[in-house]
Amino acid sequence: MSMLAIDVEKRLGAFSIAARFNSASGVTALYGRSGSGKTTIVNMIAGLVTPDRGRITLDDVVLFDSDRRVNVPVHHRRIGYVFQEGRLFPHLSVKANLDYGRRMCGLDPDAAQMRRTVDFLDIGHLIDRRPGKLSGGERQRVAVGRALLMRPRLLLLDEPLASLDNERRREILPYLVRLRDEVPMVYVSHHAGELRRIATSVVRLDGGRVTASGGTELLNDTDDDLA
Amino acid sequence: MFDIAPDEWVAIALSLRIAIVASLVALPFGIAVAWLLARKEFWGKTLIDGIVHLPLVLPPVVTGYLLLITFGRRGLVGSFLADYLGIVFSFRWTGAALACGLMGFPLLVRPIRLAIEAIDRRLEDAAATLGANRWRVLLTVTLPLALPGLIAGFVLCFAKALGEFGATITFVSAIPGETQTISAAIYSLTQTPGGDAAAGRLVVVAVVIALAALVVSEWLARRAGMRFHGE
Repeated sequence: MSMLAIDVEKRLGAFSIAARFNSASGVTALYGRSGSGKTTIVNMIAGLVTPDRGRITLDDVVLFDSDRRVNVPVHHRRIGYVFQEGRLFPHLSVKANLDYGRRMCGLDPDAAQMRRTVDFLDIGHLIDRRPGKLSGGERQRVAVGRALLMRPRLLLLDEPLASLDNERRREILPYLVRLRDEVPMVYVSHHAGELRRIATSVVRLDGGRVTASGGTELLNDTDDDLA
Repeated sequence: MFDIAPDEWVAIALSLRIAIVASLVALPFGIAVAWLLARKEFWGKTLIDGIVHLPLVLPPVVTGYLLLITFGRRGLVGSFLADYLGIVFSFRWTGAALACGLMGFPLLVRPIRLAIEAIDRRLEDAAATLGANRWRVLLTVTLPLALPGLIAGFVLCFAKALGEFGATITFVSAIPGETQTISAAIYSLTQTPGGDAAAGRLVVVAVVIALAALVVSEWLARRAGMRFHGE
């Protein structure tokens, strides 16, 4: 079953993106050096960037189709997004941050789900704090929890570990690996090592084009991290 | 010396009522204009920006006169509002509130606009991915983050409204109990033989109210700021 199908074109000044790939459930890695268009593609899936032309479908839902003039607004897509810099709301407590997506999506409060997510990410002791008081690793864990609690159909992670040092990366990656069975993910990174641990399939990008797609063996023949 | 006479109380209460109503009614308009100026590019934006700031640079008497010919009984807008909606501004306290709100408007808009411009828009994007539509992004992210600017703008507008004199007296005169605010009362007392003591009392009251507004706004702004950084 193919669940996410993408075929998009977008021109951004001198740079252009023309990318086409499908991804099944599991974790699809978008792998490429910085400037290869990874983040823009993820933003198109989320609806934050509108493609010039193309089509994006998730399961059987058309999110974007330039021919049929379909463009589901961001807030109706139900796609969780973990940003590189966390982007927690500074004026809300960690608890209110975690609860934000559920409230905005109009879901009933689910204390069991909240407890499960909080335990899973080990953020119970942070719940009453403000994001300004959290460490980088704590912030990213809360960001993952916030995206999960809106019960997304798909989880986008854009270099979620890039702002962290190596030790913190090793600390957080296992949480993400354990998420693999819960929700399908698109995981952006230029770290082969990181992707080797989490990805189930790989899409390689270069200069806005897909240069290869397949299994994790695509990571093995590369020496290591792309700059 | 500090026995405030009943008619002085009337002027004080009237001033407070006019300033509070003027600032509260101006606030939603101020937010809308500030948001438009901060976030949207549109044809005539510079013109709108200029018009909003006009009361700040025009002689207040001119603003009052323009209000008189537009919102007066025989003015274009004034006659329409009076005939169809029963709203009368001329020589009423509501007219004073209109004049004060208009004079305070540029001071209201500027801090709110700056606060909105300073907000990281990526936070609004994040809110949208979490299911918030435009309005809920505005209410749950943009405005709370702009709160210090909202407080600053509101207090500046309130203070301006409280002290407004020129536009108000030109538009609605200074009728005791209806449109005679503290400022107008002080002015008229200084023109009256033996009015110095009463004028002095009202001056003290004006200073106390202005200081209190500043202290309260400072306290609110600090609390709002603390919420972003502390626990």
